[in-house]
Amino acid sequence: MKILVPVKRVIDHNVKIRVKTDGSGVDLANVKMSMNPFDEIAVEEAIRLKEAGKADEVVVVSIGPAQAQDVLRTALAMGADRAILITVDGTVEPLTVAKLLKGVAENEQPGLVILGKQAIDDDANQTGQMLAALLGWSQATFASRIDLGADRAKVTREVDGGLQVIDVRLPAIMTADLRLNQPRYASLPNIMKAKKKPLEQKTPQDFGVTVEARLRVLRTEEPAVRQGGIKVANTAELFDKLKNEAGVI
Amino acid sequence: MFTTQDHEEIREAVRKLCERYPAEYWRELDVKRAYPEAFVNALTEAGYLATLIPEEYGGSGLTLSAAAAVLEEIHRSGGNGGACHAQMYVMGTVLRHGSEAQKQKYLPGIASGDLRMQAFGVTEPTSGTDTTSIRTFARREGEHYVVSGQKIWTSRAEHSDLMLLLARTTLKDEVAKKTDGLSVFILDMREARGSGLSIRPIRTMMNHATTEVFFDNVKVPAENLIGEEGKGFRYILSGMNAERILIAAECVGDAKWLIEKAAGYAKERHVFGRPIGANQGIQFPIARSYANMRAAELMVREAIRLYEAGENCGAEANMAKLLAADASNEAANAAIQTHGGFGFAEEYDVERKFRETRLYQVAPISTNLILSYISEHVLGMPRSY
Ligand SMILES: Cc1cc2nc3c(=O)[nH]c(=O)nc-3n(C[C@H](O)[C@H](O)[C@H](O)COP(=O)(O)OP(=O)(O)OC[C@H]3O[C@@H](n4cnc5c(N)ncnc54)[C@H](O)[C@@H]3O)c2cc1C
Repeated sequence: MKILVPVKRVIDHNVKIRVKTDGSGVDLANVKMSMNPFDEIAVEEAIRLKEAGKADEVVVVSIGPAQAQDVLRTALAMGADRAILITVDGTVEPLTVAKLLKGVAENEQPGLVILGKQAIDDDANQTGQMLAALLGWSQATFASRIDLGADRAKVTREVDGGLQVIDVRLPAIMTADLRLNQPRYASLPNIMKAKKKPLEQKTPQDFGVTVEARLRVLRTEEPAVRQGGIKVANTAELFDKLKNEAGVI
Repeated sequence: MFTTQDHEEIREAVRKLCERYPAEYWRELDVKRAYPEAFVNALTEAGYLATLIPEEYGGSGLTLSAAAAVLEEIHRSGGNGGACHAQMYVMGTVLRHGSEAQKQKYLPGIASGDLRMQAFGVTEPTSGTDTTSIRTFARREGEHYVVSGQKIWTSRAEHSDLMLLLARTTLKDEVAKKTDGLSVFILDMREARGSGLSIRPIRTMMNHATTEVFFDNVKVPAENLIGEEGKGFRYILSGMNAERILIAAECVGDAKWLIEKAAGYAKERHVFGRPIGANQGIQFPIARSYANMRAAELMVREAIRLYEAGENCGAEANMAKLLAADASNEAANAAIQTHGGFGFAEEYDVERKFRETRLYQVAPISTNLILSYISEHVLGMPRSY
């Protein structure tokens, strides 16, 4: 079985985000970019499934600027077999990404697509679901455990009340939650090997998709600065504040 | 804050590895003066200590810049490569001057980490910086050399299988040139411990597994001599430029970590109702350390460029080490001062880095000796010692 893993190049999770002064977005100039952490978990899961003999090829795909090659090389160094880069400059909305991924999935015919549950830049949490809808495949989002069979899979999902186990037919779309696994770091020999693995370049036109903006960002602003806390004198005061000010009990 | 660099993918992977060994890990080891076994094993298993070993012997066959990137990132992340950096470069003497049989016998094991060759026995209590005055003596007896004497500051000897040993094979007053009559051996400490070799740890102001080593008629097979007898000083010297460059890269990493820590704290700590970083008295020492760190970093790059081009990089390697050790020391000072009282608290890690990076003013070569080198070999002034 072939597993397809889409990976996104996003602002590094350690970087302190700065909003542009004109409020048009987040400042990306000279900022360190990395692979979206949830996508890293997805790549790790695919590689583990391959190592367990349940899959035979892991293909990673990224949609983004030319520099997104770096995150693809990272995925290859972790152990993915080959990469596809669909070059697009500027913002690509989830629906466009899903349409492009549909094209890739139709070419590649994977048994499973594992995505991150969301990207940490826009936190949209839409691409996986949209892709499942466009392809008409089963979906299992927020996966914290995947038991892959030959034509079905059992997926444990993290839902509000706890864990839910569902059984889906393959091919399927899955999205990775934080606790699915801890991604590996690449070893030096694998970094060297990754340089020689194939990386295919494509454009949206190759899939007959036009990249258009359907959404307009009105304003981006910093979250309000957190006010310092206060000390309460006793539990009676605490209860009073929780009840009458915070309204939580 | 810091510019783009070479070997970004290697740096990235090393950073990820180091994230699993956070400040608490190093802090706990520091209290116990314990060896970072788990970290060293992780680094070994991921192949990073075999960066410089050619592929035919099981390494990655990369050049010095890659090794420098690995060590810089370890230090940049707040860790310390001192527990294992020598595993990367001590083997260089075997690689450059050893026989094919020696390379076949040792390098694959060193590459996989099954064999640790990270002890380097040069310094002695009575000779110090004056290396050609060492007294440890290896006398030939049939198919063996028999070694007697003492080494000091032999780091990692307790965590190493093999030691690269420098000993006299002809007395200093019996040779025409004092740099003659010294020989290099591969000493298998697994065999020698208990038959004449004893190792005693020395507690130091930082967590650095250093020791003193005593040789009481320790037998070393003659086949473990590297190259020709009496030419050992040259073999050792040829590895020193690489060592200096790599230590300089660690200092650059330390300086980056310290500067980031200091600047971060200066922005957050409020005294008199505003961040302390709003005072130039706090800003300037950090800014100056940054400028000096960048200058040192450029000198490290220049030394690497010459080294990799096979040109003489003696002056640049020495200057890189001098400037980088100064920059990290300056950054450590600025970081402690910026943190005020908290700089002395273990949980901020600044005092630990301050102690750790101080070493590089003295080892593996002291700042004075670098200045002497520049005075004599670059500026043509009289030799001062
Ligand atoms: C933690 C640690 C780890 C070490 N690890 C190793 C190791 O693994 N293997 C190894 O072989 N060695 C090791 N060393 C030894 C280190 O290389 C020496 O300490 C260093 O070379 C200085 O030698 P010394 O201590 O004998 O100082 P000395 O030679 O006694 O010098 C003392 C001071 O005098 C100065 N000085 C000496 N001569 C001159 C001169 N002519 N002009 C101006 N100033 C001068 C020196 O710069 C120094 O500041 C280590 C040392 C330490 C502290």
